[in-house]
Amino acid sequence: MEETGGVKLLGFWVSPFAQRVKWALKLKGIQYEYTEEDIYNKSPLVSKLNPVYGKVPVLVHNGKPISESIIILEYIDEVWKQAPLLPQDPYERAQARFWAKFAEEKVRQSVWEAVCSSGEEKQKAVKSAVEAFEEFEKELKRRGTKFFGGETIGFVDIVAGCISYQLAVHEEVGSIKILDSSKFPAISEWIKNFLNHPLINEGLPQKDQMFAYFSKRSKEIASRKMSHKTA
Amino acid sequence: MGSGENKVVLHGMWASPYVKRVELALKIKGIPFEYVEENLRNKSPQLLKYNPVQKKVPVLVHNGKPVCESLVILEYLDEVWSTGPQLLPKEPYQRANFRFWAAYIQQLLESIFKLFNADKEAHEKPLQEVHEKLRNLEDGVKEFYFPEGSPNHISAENLGILDVMLVSVLGPFRAKEEAFSVKILDPGKNPLIFSWIQALIELPLVKEVVPPHDKMVGVLQFLKQSGFKF
Repeated sequence: MEETGGVKLLGFWVSPFAQRVKWALKLKGIQYEYTEEDIYNKSPLVSKLNPVYGKVPVLVHNGKPISESIIILEYIDEVWKQAPLLPQDPYERAQARFWAKFAEEKVRQSVWEAVCSSGEEKQKAVKSAVEAFEEFEKELKRRGTKFFGGETIGFVDIVAGCISYQLAVHEEVGSIKILDSSKFPAISEWIKNFLNHPLINEGLPQKDQMFAYFSKRSKEIASRKMSHKTA
Repeated sequence: MGSGENKVVLHGMWASPYVKRVELALKIKGIPFEYVEENLRNKSPQLLKYNPVQKKVPVLVHNGKPVCESLVILEYLDEVWSTGPQLLPKEPYQRANFRFWAAYIQQLLESIFKLFNADKEAHEKPLQEVHEKLRNLEDGVKEFYFPEGSPNHISAENLGILDVMLVSVLGPFRAKEEAFSVKILDPGKNPLIFSWIQALIELPLVKEVVPPHDKMVGVLQFLKQSGFKF
């Protein structure tokens, strides 16, 4: 049954989490209405639709809100059956969920932690990030396909995909180097293929705007950490 | 379904909340399984083979193929054993809602771990965070999970993912309170969660899974004293 109910997405231009949802909607050809929220000046709608976390993205479908990007992806895949994100086989689905969690918690998070920290903490975070990239590289090589999902973009690609357009900016902002293309040829190739897809590349934020935003944001987080330590 | 065709092995550790989730889910769904207790200071070659990335428990091995990460395992169990008791509802919006609150109960566990890691003098803030999460949880699930306002419907026949998650985190709550001399669950502050976990830990199925009180107190205190980071 074709879902005809209204689909709305509340997002923030630079949020990798909102970008995941945009990609999923676009890949499935789902029409949606987008509302930009300024996370420094959120509208009352955000806390109304996401009372627990007060964050974006929030997907609203037929008037009902869903929060948390990975949960939203699972919802989208269950409601709209075209262009499936997760594989059909339960074992393969479990592998995809495992690697999506890994991509979010070990890959994306450690990079951001490295950007926002200094000294010993920074070194530790960089080491974690590199180790995570090594596992990711191994798995990509083992699969031997263009994307994690196979020949087409899938669940893990979308969750991990933020590194394709944000990692280089993070490395610059944080003065760190993680993705050495000679050390990570499979990931580098994956990034190229991923960004080559017109629906993926469309409407991504500009590099200089991301640089300015992440510079500001990482300093805020770093100084918050310092004040917690001295408190 | 021939039992020879479905060999299920769970690699675990008796005090791990993540392992408890899978154990309880297997029992709820009536799936026969073999349990292998792992010594986490001396991990079996099998564990390292089945979970080379994280080297952690739980690992579910189904007909020789490993599945890792507790919540991933729970979803896998529901998808493979799709007749009989289901951990998640069928309708997509409800599924999203249950997944949200299952993930939130995991957040509660992480706040409890922060509390365990804090020095005794620095208990106040982490404890406040735990209480805030309990309040959010209570308010959040009240409407859709306890529409009558009390856990009268809790029985062995209709346990789901939220019950599994709650047992894994709060099943041994008294042991956690004793080990760290803190009040985590106050029936005055969180009447619904208190009566919910009480109803759960009365069930024979759940009693089989929750670690014995004294043993739990002992291991928590031992870990804390040895500088373990929860």
